[in-house]
Amino acid sequence: MSGQAQLLPGTLDLLILKAVSLGPLHGYGVLLRIGQISERALLIEQGALYPALFRLVRQGLLEATWGTSENNRRAKFYELTSTGRKRLREETAGWNRLAAAMGSALAAEPEEI
Amino acid sequence: MRLLAYFRSLAARFFHRSQVEEDLEEELLSHTQHRADDLERSGLDRAAAERRARIEFGGHERYKEESREALGGILVETLLQDARFSLRVLRKSPGFAIVALLTLALAIGANAVVFGVMNGLILRPLNVPQAENLWAPMYGENPAWRSYPNYLDLRDRNRSFEDLAAFQFAFVGLNTGKDPSLATGFATTGNYFDVLRVQPHLGRFFHRSDERGPNSAPYIVLSYAYWHRHFLDDQSVVGRIIQVNKHPFTIIGVAQPGFQGTLLFVSPDFFMPIVNQEQTDGESLLTARGSTDGVFEAFGHLKPGVTPAQAVADVNAVGTYLEKTYPKEVGHKTSSLVREGLASFGKPARAFVAGLMLLAGLILLAACANLGSLFGARAADRSREVALRLALGSSRSRILRGLFTEAVLISLAGGAAGLLASIVLLRRLSLWQPFPGAPIHLPVSPDANVYVVALVLALLSGFLFGIVPVRQVLRTDPYQIVKAGSAGRAGRRVTVRDVLLVVQIAICGVLVTSSLVAVVGLKRSLHGNFGFEPRNTMLAGVNLAMAGYRGDSVPDMQKRMLHAMETIPGVDSAGLVNGYPPLVYTAGTKASVFKEEIGDLKPLNATLNPFRYDVSPGYFRAAQTALLAGRSFSWHDDKNAARVAVVNRDFARKMFGSVTNAVGRYYKILDGSRVLVVGVVEDGKYQLLTEDQQPAMFLPFVQSPSSAAYLVVRSTGDPQQVAAAMRSKLHALDEGLPVDTQTWNSLLTVVQFPARVATMALGVLGTMGAMLSITGIFGMAAYAVSRRLKELGIRMALGAQRKQVLQAALGRAFKLLAFGSAAGLILGILASRVLASIVYQATPRDPLVLTGVVLAMALVGLLATWIPAQRALSVNPLILLREE
Repeated sequence: MSGQAQLLPGTLDLLILKAVSLGPLHGYGVLLRIGQISERALLIEQGALYPALFRLVRQGLLEATWGTSENNRRAKFYELTSTGRKRLREETAGWNRLAAAMGSALAAEPEEI
Repeated sequence: MRLLAYFRSLAARFFHRSQVEEDLEEELLSHTQHRADDLERSGLDRAAAERRARIEFGGHERYKEESREALGGILVETLLQDARFSLRVLRKSPGFAIVALLTLALAIGANAVVFGVMNGLILRPLNVPQAENLWAPMYGENPAWRSYPNYLDLRDRNRSFEDLAAFQFAFVGLNTGKDPSLATGFATTGNYFDVLRVQPHLGRFFHRSDERGPNSAPYIVLSYAYWHRHFLDDQSVVGRIIQVNKHPFTIIGVAQPGFQGTLLFVSPDFFMPIVNQEQTDGESLLTARGSTDGVFEAFGHLKPGVTPAQAVADVNAVGTYLEKTYPKEVGHKTSSLVREGLASFGKPARAFVAGLMLLAGLILLAACANLGSLFGARAADRSREVALRLALGSSRSRILRGLFTEAVLISLAGGAAGLLASIVLLRRLSLWQPFPGAPIHLPVSPDANVYVVALVLALLSGFLFGIVPVRQVLRTDPYQIVKAGSAGRAGRRVTVRDVLLVVQIAICGVLVTSSLVAVVGLKRSLHGNFGFEPRNTMLAGVNLAMAGYRGDSVPDMQKRMLHAMETIPGVDSAGLVNGYPPLVYTAGTKASVFKEEIGDLKPLNATLNPFRYDVSPGYFRAAQTALLAGRSFSWHDDKNAARVAVVNRDFARKMFGSVTNAVGRYYKILDGSRVLVVGVVEDGKYQLLTEDQQPAMFLPFVQSPSSAAYLVVRSTGDPQQVAAAMRSKLHALDEGLPVDTQTWNSLLTVVQFPARVATMALGVLGTMGAMLSITGIFGMAAYAVSRRLKELGIRMALGAQRKQVLQAALGRAFKLLAFGSAAGLILGILASRVLASIVYQATPRDPLVLTGVVLAMALVGLLATWIPAQRALSVNPLILLREE
């Protein structure tokens, strides 16, 4: 499992929002999509996905409907709501600021001080 | 609407949990299936793929739990979840749940009823605008009676009240076209409705401008209830003329539905101007400054900025002025202010309700103590379960929350049951008419205040008894308990539970003692010596003014009525008394009398203030009041004869030194005439059963006639038949005369009312206290036996006798019982001093009471320990030792 990074707290929600923003997905699909877009660099225990999904539904960021999957099985599909879309924009901007700040802070060399 | 939807979803989650649960389960399953599909595609067989998928998913139950929390992670929903769990747990021990619930329902119900009474009588103001600023100057300590001229002076001379209205009772015969019927209303001053700032429902009210001298305002205003009952909401009654005591009065209006005058516990049928008082009473009281019968109560709003203390000083200044100006008629007593609504009954009513509230509070405390020890014992019994849960990783707060939820659930359910019962009881109380023929009711229908108080009390007690097992759980050491089993400590120490039990038994002892004291006192008062014999005596209230008699025709008619009574077969004797007989409706007229040598006759100088009764010659015989010396009256003691009196023993002793000295001596009354004492009768009770011995004088009624009188008829015949015969005889004399016949005993219920209510309340509370004690001791004893079953088995195996086993098993319970009972008895004796003011001859220094209390407590103990004792005795050491 080397080469995989532990998720920072709070980042799972953002990843889910991002994954779902690319198109409606069921739970397992979300997991696959995150793996795909993060190039399998992030480690998520599969079950942990669901409490996060339900939390997002409660907050009104996601909408869930039962449907049929590509495997011809019943599955619950998640979709971004407009509030969810807004939240994703804000959080992405916030994350980029943080990442930039952290990046430049950690890249600081002694002569720059 | 969103809130509604939210609650609906809450309810859905609570009751249709399975729907949400299935949804969750299906989604998680769908996940592992999809994963298994992928794994199968990569070459695994289906079974292995599914297994693998499940492992990859992680802790299934844990994520389910987290998902549930995410689904409903807010307070109410967690609480509901706890509640569901607690309900399941409680359902497993229905005995415990039912006992706890009933205990609490009883206690909360008692408190809600008492609070309802307090709410209706004391907290709720009169149903008029600005009732909180409506004050009544109370005259001395007695009910507010004062004379009409004094009221006029007080109204015009005070500088504290915006205006001062007054009212008096009016008992009249109302003829609305059908048969004349008796009705009770208020005779009020013209400004009554204006001072109260109320508006009529129909027509108009009368005003001060309508008062133009005696009998100038023949108007009547009906109460809404009377109009509804007798005129069936007929809008056209305004302007109609009805006969009030044979005088034509015009109905000018109907009061608003909620308006019931200015005495909380009386609902008058009508209101009429007090200036027409002569037409209802037959004699005018409007100019009699010395009479205290003119006005029942005066009241008004204080002017802005005037404090009650200033108003009291002002009223007293007017009183002093009146006393100086009219020394013969007015003896001023210090006045005080009371809130309008309860008149002078406010103080005793408040004291009584406060006492009841205290007792009900004690009951609730006892119930909490009881439930506390029940919960404690239960927690101890469950210590193994608690320890296991702790060992498996449950948090202490989670376990405590569970216990608290159980306590709150029980308190809420018990509170709801108690509240329901109290609502039923209060509704019935508010419809109850305690006295026949009097429009008296208790305005105690429950309202939101009662509901809120019951709910708060229930929750509060839930927390109180829920707190008991907390320490126990916090101290639980799972390792020790799982290792050693729950037999644990020997329990020699005094525990919180013991203290609670003793407190509770003591409370029960107090209640049992005081209710026994009250019952014995009441029983004695029913068979006490009143100075007359109420059994086999029929009273007929006849007010000749209601049939238009006046002047000399009044005593003539009264004589004819008396003779008519004597002709009824089976009638032994008949007499008459003006106003009210002794101990009827707590009425009583007092007069000022003077020693012969006193020259300056004013109320302040009075030697005695005896009760005064104007009676006919046959009265003493009909009432069976024993004559101790001298003679009774004869028909020769009439208007032209010298003034004579019969006095009671107390009067003779206080005025003349002794009974034998009194006959043939003179004393003076307020108008200066000398009165010759011709006879002395035994002492009696006159106004209240609890009064100290009072002097009384009896005068011949023909020397001071009054149209309102009671006929006293003694007969051993059937009361119903005698009453019917009396009515038909009176009807034969004058068919337009309304008559009110009742036995003297039934009218005594009015003076006994406070004692009866107190006894009933104490009896109910005492019974509840005893029941609580029984369940409390039972719980404790049963628990003690079950914990020491093993020890008892060993003792028996070693050859212990039954007595020794019982002592080991229940000795502690009995010790606590004895200790608590003794404390309760002592406290109860102290509390009974308060009772003496309500219940006649209530004294705890009575062997009957003491034995009664000891017996009752012993019975409580016996009942409570019977089953545990049987269980302890039936222990089979062989089976027990094999099993444990």
